[in-house]
Amino acid sequence: MSNATRRIEAVNDFVVKFANVNGSGSASANEMFAKSFLRMGIPVSPRNIFPSNIQGLPTWYEVRVTEKGHLGRRGGVDMMVAMNPQTWDKDIAEIEPGGYLVYDSTKPMPPSRFRPDIHVIGVPLTEMCNAAYSDPRERQLLKNIMYVGALAHILGIDPEVIPQLLGEQYKGKDKLMTPNLDALRKGMHFASEHLDDICGLKVRRAANVGNRIFIDGNSAAALGAVYGGATVCAWYPITPSSSVAEAFQKYCSKYRTDSDTGRNRYAIVQAEDELASVGMVVGAGWNGARAFTATSGPGISLMSEFIGLAYFAEIPVTIIDVQRGGPSTGMPTRTQQSDILACAYASHGDTKHVLLLPEDPAECFEFTAQALDLADRLQTPVFLMTDLDIGMNQRLSRPFEWDDSRKFDRGKVMSAEQLESGVDFGRYLDVDGDGVAYRTYPGTHPTRGSFFTRGTTKDRYARYSEAGPDYVDNMERLLRKFETAKTLVPKAIERKAPGKTRVGAIYYGSTSPAMAEASEVLDAQTAHVDTLRIRAFPFGPEVEQFLEEHDTVFVVEQNRDAQLRTMLMTELDAESSKLVPVLHYDGTPITARFIVKEIAARVTGANVESIQRGKAA
Amino acid sequence: MTYLAKPKLHHPTLPRNTIGYTRRDYEGKISTLCAGCGHDSISAAIIQACWELDVEPHRVAKLSGIGCSSKTPDYFLGNSHGFNSVHGRMPSVLTGANLANRDLIYLGVSGDGDSASIGIGQFAHAMRRGVNMTYIVENNGVYGLTKGQFSATADQGSKSKRGAVNTDSPIDMVSLALQLGATLVGRSFSGDKDQLVPMIKAALAHPGAAFIDVISPCVAFNNHAGSTRSYEYVREHNEAVNRIDFMPRHEPIGAQYEPGSTIDIAQHDGSMLRLRKLHAEYDPSNLIAAMNYIQEHQARGEIVTGLLYVDPAADDLHGHLNTVESPLNSLDEAQLCPGNTMLERINQSLR
Repeated sequence: MSNATRRIEAVNDFVVKFANVNGSGSASANEMFAKSFLRMGIPVSPRNIFPSNIQGLPTWYEVRVTEKGHLGRRGGVDMMVAMNPQTWDKDIAEIEPGGYLVYDSTKPMPPSRFRPDIHVIGVPLTEMCNAAYSDPRERQLLKNIMYVGALAHILGIDPEVIPQLLGEQYKGKDKLMTPNLDALRKGMHFASEHLDDICGLKVRRAANVGNRIFIDGNSAAALGAVYGGATVCAWYPITPSSSVAEAFQKYCSKYRTDSDTGRNRYAIVQAEDELASVGMVVGAGWNGARAFTATSGPGISLMSEFIGLAYFAEIPVTIIDVQRGGPSTGMPTRTQQSDILACAYASHGDTKHVLLLPEDPAECFEFTAQALDLADRLQTPVFLMTDLDIGMNQRLSRPFEWDDSRKFDRGKVMSAEQLESGVDFGRYLDVDGDGVAYRTYPGTHPTRGSFFTRGTTKDRYARYSEAGPDYVDNMERLLRKFETAKTLVPKAIERKAPGKTRVGAIYYGSTSPAMAEASEVLDAQTAHVDTLRIRAFPFGPEVEQFLEEHDTVFVVEQNRDAQLRTMLMTELDAESSKLVPVLHYDGTPITARFIVKEIAARVTGANVESIQRGKAA
Repeated sequence: MTYLAKPKLHHPTLPRNTIGYTRRDYEGKISTLCAGCGHDSISAAIIQACWELDVEPHRVAKLSGIGCSSKTPDYFLGNSHGFNSVHGRMPSVLTGANLANRDLIYLGVSGDGDSASIGIGQFAHAMRRGVNMTYIVENNGVYGLTKGQFSATADQGSKSKRGAVNTDSPIDMVSLALQLGATLVGRSFSGDKDQLVPMIKAALAHPGAAFIDVISPCVAFNNHAGSTRSYEYVREHNEAVNRIDFMPRHEPIGAQYEPGSTIDIAQHDGSMLRLRKLHAEYDPSNLIAAMNYIQEHQARGEIVTGLLYVDPAADDLHGHLNTVESPLNSLDEAQLCPGNTMLERINQSLR
């Protein structure tokens, strides 16, 4: 509480965290707070940290304000807005020394509840709300926008920006607009009267947002499914993936309704479980519709039998796996990259599946549309491996793009005319040598092209067979098909360090922003590390080359068992001794601080002594 | 004689249906099931029904799960696409297929293990969603392919071939289907072709979820004394409530019956179901009465067969989802992709 303590002074580079009670209506006010920086040209990276609960449990919203555009989680809190008595002590403890605490000062708190090395900012929110509003619900809800008003003044947010955002959100809803605007102004007013120059965290207009958009990965993936031509979506609710199907519904009702008849150019079924949801996708894919499901780890476990069927019977299936903490129910509201192995080799028997690994909403959009193409082209399951961090948090992302001349790649489908012309149709006949055979949609031709789809072994003409040579022939072709997949999936992206180095780092998915920031830090320390962002499985030749060109390769992942590292060893015969795992798996998003800490010591040491093997986390 | 290849020769005098197909055009591969298996009789009834109904064979999609019954789609409609999916999951695969193309006729073939045990959840949900399909359960009370274990429809107290007694309560698929919202429900016996063929025709023409439970004795594992699914037992305990005549819309209404002895039910597509009533009090349009009737007779050890319930105003999943007339799998970029101009607008709304 002492004014003599150091004050954190920072412009456009700090972390504000809100501690709220789940269900108290804080989410939209907090989101508006985050968006106000974007309108001032300053990038932000907000994250929901929420419980598996609807009402009553603690929830947090963390906003990283970052002029430099570091969109990973930073770690540490410069200002805590402590609105939840349940978590008070823990929240106070989290504030960096010299940081700030904003709290509802209606009831006096004993000094023992504060910390001497932080600065306390009291706003009598309850008192002000009770004085201004009579409706008990308004009294509760409007506290949220009121503290946003106070913060706007304290931090120096342009006073016109938030009213403008309110106007957009409550367009045509004056009943909501009026009290919210009033509460916002009351918060601002109080701060201007009592809290001038109380805080060293400041905002200054910048021009670093550009034309970027602000959206969560699940919505982006859903939009990708709309643009990619998905017509059937079957799903079962599971955190953190439910909003994919919900967003698909929302977009479809806007963009996929026939204007003449009012009827839908899509079908969405909330299935009874994940077995049924993927079963419907298999059925729709078999029958020539583009279909997808969205799920998370437990759903993948349930879907495994069907995934094997789709692999072996060669049916296009697109599965969006928004990963969460496993195993079992694990951490349903926390993030991880721990389904990689389970998806790459899902189901019993010998299987390999195509995985796409998007880094942000823009790639969620692109890769979902591409997954639908790849599933049709390769006639196999394709997984979009996102996670809670990308999926459920709004992220600043380059805008979506679409080329109107782009056609859906429906893959090798034989038409009635082709069948009529008398071409030799064998459902599993590899006529082009790429491992992908022609298929026919049911109902195509009265006497030609029908076949019996089954999960049992068959010959090239889809006839039941348990003969060893038929089985081996089929399995070898499936491997050829996987080789073909290598040429079609997104390539890994390499970033060269400023100085020549034999040290590299491989990473993927939501680790991306933290890795990019870590690279800047490592560059500045002249600890040179080339990086490679893997965007798909199977791995292309560029991944092999990267491994060849580096003696030590850190494999940065958000799981315990270094799953991608295992795949690099299995698929590319990479030496285990040169692949050093860097693993972050406590359920929070990985940070640049963590990566730098793990890598820096080893890299500087790498010039003089050999790299320590073993787990780095 | 499953090792003999089936001759492909068509006899020139074989009768043709109105679209020019002979019965042989509706056949499939030679069955690999045991000689005398009830399932083969059901396959024959499906062939007969499709031929009589003038269905183009390639416009049927036949799907199944795993088990003896689920193998049978290979043995009929050889020019149809077939899908032998995974155990107990035919309903979900069929649902997805149906969503993709509403223009085909969907026939799901399953068994009592496939539908009443491992797949009871999917069975239930396909019925309650009103998927436009004909769902046939070839019900023998036993797992044939794994050699004679009881299934969930086996009656309490019935004896396996090895002498074990089933102590679990049976699941009655017909009662379940009625409760779950199936809009056409029937039960028949594989040995009663006269009843079964028109029932399958009625189900194929029905515009909603049609369910038929066909008692189908397993000659290898469930056709002995003490079994309640043997040919002999079913013949003795069969209580048929009606006989159906199925009349497609282009067929004139046929022979007259005595007043009160028939019920005519018009379906959406203009086809007509004429029920010759064998039990005067049985009303197949009254769901509650049907349920009561079945329960009462079941308690007496009687197996009620016939068309047990039909809702002529049935709707289906596509109706519920308000999907377009054209099959979803036929829509192209222009109909599905909102395009770049719209995407620019979406981008703008996210800034």
